[in-house]
Amino acid sequence: MEIFSHNSNVHFLGLRKVSIGIAVLLMLASIVLLATRSLNYGLDFTGGVSVDATYDNPVSVEDVRSALDKGGIENAVVQSVGGTRQVSLRFQPKDDKHYVLQEGKSPNLDLISNDVAKALQTARPDAKIAGKNYVGPQVGEQLRSDGVTAAIFVIIGIGLYLWIRFERRFAIAALATEVHDVLVTLGVISLVQREFDLTVLASVLAVIGYSINDKVVVFDRIRELFRSSRKADPEEVLNRSINSTLSRTIITSTFTSIAMAALYFFGGPSVHGFAITMLIGILVGTLSSIFVASPILLWLGVSKKDLMPVTKENPELARRP
Amino acid sequence: MSDFPRWRYFLVAVVLVLGILYGLPNVYVPLQAVQVTANQSTSLDPAAQQKVITALQSAKIPYVNESLKHDASRGDYIVIGFANGDLQKNAADALKATLGDSYTVAFNLEPTVPRWLTAIGGRAMPLGLDLQGGVRFLMAVDQDDIVDRQENRYTQDIAALLKDRKIPFISVARNATRGQGVNVMLSSAADRTAASDAIASEYTDLGVTDGASTGDRFALNASIKPNKLHDLQVNAIRQNLATLSNRINALGVSEPVIQVQGEDHISVELAGVQDPAEAKKVIGATATLQYVAGLGDARDPAVQDAAKTGNVPPDAHLYYGQHGEPFLVSKNIIASGDELVDAASGNDPQSGSPMVSVTLNSAGAAKMLDFTRDNVGKPMAVVYVENTTDTKIVDGKEVRTPKTTYSVINYATINGVFSNKFQTTGLQSSKAASELALMLKGGSLAARMDIVQEGVIGPSLGQDNIEKGLKAVLLGLGLVLLAAAIYYKLFGLVADVALFFNLVILVAVMSMIGVTLTMPGIAGIVLTLGMAIDANVLICERVREELRNGSTPLAAIRAGYEKAWATILDANVTHLIAALALTTMGSGPIKGFGVTLLIGILTSMFTSVTVTHAITALIHGGRKLKTLSV
Repeated sequence: MEIFSHNSNVHFLGLRKVSIGIAVLLMLASIVLLATRSLNYGLDFTGGVSVDATYDNPVSVEDVRSALDKGGIENAVVQSVGGTRQVSLRFQPKDDKHYVLQEGKSPNLDLISNDVAKALQTARPDAKIAGKNYVGPQVGEQLRSDGVTAAIFVIIGIGLYLWIRFERRFAIAALATEVHDVLVTLGVISLVQREFDLTVLASVLAVIGYSINDKVVVFDRIRELFRSSRKADPEEVLNRSINSTLSRTIITSTFTSIAMAALYFFGGPSVHGFAITMLIGILVGTLSSIFVASPILLWLGVSKKDLMPVTKENPELARRP
Repeated sequence: MSDFPRWRYFLVAVVLVLGILYGLPNVYVPLQAVQVTANQSTSLDPAAQQKVITALQSAKIPYVNESLKHDASRGDYIVIGFANGDLQKNAADALKATLGDSYTVAFNLEPTVPRWLTAIGGRAMPLGLDLQGGVRFLMAVDQDDIVDRQENRYTQDIAALLKDRKIPFISVARNATRGQGVNVMLSSAADRTAASDAIASEYTDLGVTDGASTGDRFALNASIKPNKLHDLQVNAIRQNLATLSNRINALGVSEPVIQVQGEDHISVELAGVQDPAEAKKVIGATATLQYVAGLGDARDPAVQDAAKTGNVPPDAHLYYGQHGEPFLVSKNIIASGDELVDAASGNDPQSGSPMVSVTLNSAGAAKMLDFTRDNVGKPMAVVYVENTTDTKIVDGKEVRTPKTTYSVINYATINGVFSNKFQTTGLQSSKAASELALMLKGGSLAARMDIVQEGVIGPSLGQDNIEKGLKAVLLGLGLVLLAAAIYYKLFGLVADVALFFNLVILVAVMSMIGVTLTMPGIAGIVLTLGMAIDANVLICERVREELRNGSTPLAAIRAGYEKAWATILDANVTHLIAALALTTMGSGPIKGFGVTLLIGILTSMFTSVTVTHAITALIHGGRKLKTLSV
């Protein structure tokens, strides 16, 4: 079975002014969105309120959850404590409908716990509030600084690898496209104001891995074609590379998307954020592999002579299947 | 078959068997169990066991199994397994009610992995806080300790400052009331002004006020400004949080949740355990350390006298060592645990005897340099300050009495001047050295902490959400397998088999490392598998291309694998770099996710290329082919 004609020859690079223009616009829009609307940070990042409730008779966690939902407190994390008579609730105060953010003031614990008490007691009169407190974010400053270190590590690591295995221009083009993919993915999340928690952060980082993978496959073909063709007009070589890897690019992203779509539509709230972020990232990454990475490469002035094997390829690597 | 050597078939077979073997323990889900132990006076005999069974039967709670066990570390205990967490909780409530105070009823997870699997090192992945819950500790940071530390430090620093500036003073002492700062007594108004200016300009965190002056005694009080004190407290909590995270994270991917709660509490949640005693070992000691000048050990008659009579010199403390031997140590603290950066055990290159090398931060190093410069040949002691809470049931209520114990864990002679790096030698064994290093590292908290609450917590995800998630995961995988088979026919089916083995090997490796399985982690596994098929897509597309270019089927397979390999390698190495970066990110879901991705990329390179090649070679090898099903 074949969906894409194997001798497709769309002149992708002819569209380069348009495609790069759109890419730059999308990036700028994302930056503006992130600067103005920011991300809708979840409990992991902001911290919130923790309320402990006790019951005279055993209660199931599911009942507590539905009681809170009915009382207008959504997205609360409910856990049983000890046995069946105590539960611990955590939520962002903004999830409480009576909560109005006052500038520079921390939310009023008593008001919030009253709301919780009302919600719980409507369902079960034997509920009592045993304790209330603020909780700090699960994500410490450490993770933030670790995140910066990790980002630098990724940029230097991938850049260096591509520089050694390919050439300087490939490293620059890959990293530039990578920045585009991450920014646009974050921009979309900011636009729809989807809650940004640790799981979503993990999938944004996974997008980096996915999209670099995608770019390298095209780059690999570019290198191969440059080396094998006698008359190598860069624009023609790049275009042929995109076309001959097109089927693979789209099939791989379709397969991965199928798995993520199943998670999104049937997986329930716990994997929702993860799946939708991946779906956005796969779409952005696939499009940028086709329309953005190669035009950048062309503009940087890649040519056949840059890619002729200066260092002889490792014969061991070539021999392996 | 010529292009696929026999030893590679052997390798594939061995890896697959190992993968199945070490992935297998995950099939045996640990039982949610209730554990009953006897308190001191009562004994745990078959009669008690019968009592447990009767209690459960009368409460109509079905149990899976029940047995009386003995364990060297836990002693005798009865363990009863239940089919789910709700039954377990109900049973615990019922048992607590009927058994009363003479027995302790606790939750536990009882592994069901067969003994032969455990014997070869097989173990299941622990389930995360979202899927199964775990243990929660609430720790109070000792606010008084923060004030004590600061005021003691300023007392020493002010005395040193005045000496340094050559301002004569009668005394520098901490106010008897905590939080009231340091009292300085001077002999003239001019001295007092000079001292006041010196202190105010040197230590901006201190507020200096003149006290009452009588005759030739001019008092001065320096106390920490209230807003600065608040900053210090916030800082100490933040530092403790960081130390605690590092300590827990150093133990592997346990995906803990560590957060500040309220003003001065830290809450720690650990997954995969339901026994608080076991979890406490993970958190480690909530102790602190002090380096102090030694004033005498057990051989010193003055020390023996002090130990016997209880008359301790005013500038000294009488502390005991780990074997009960008395020591006199100075009240002045040279450096404390939060100034310790690292402690590692090793062997002294000169004598070969066990030692511990310690690294201090710059503040600690400066004080250590000052002290050792004047005290070569004199002893120095390491005091371990531990906070424990005794819980007693008085009149049916839990009464907690905090207790602080001081013990001298090391007492050694200073051999030379040193600052940030030094060694403690002359330890009895390398075991003693590693224990000391562990205790030193464990004591590097900025302020003392106390466990004020501990308990078992349930999963943070609802049962219906867990089920939904798992169903979606299976559906997603199924759809990918189906799509590959439809699109690439036989080669797709081969890729599917490889993908299945990829899952098995991935799970096996994760189990061996001990990665905690969470819902995002499961999503990560699906993502990894979805991306792993990329290698097969690359190979299949290449084989198709070769066929179009007029190669014979066998040549197309060979060329397809060869050409695709370079691409697969490049693509996976860059992907690997990205995954590696994730694993360096602190703790929690991100790290776990990164580890999953990292292992997944490595296993997929093996299964998608080597395993599929082996199967393809088996199917097509030695046959004359006209077409390929790709």
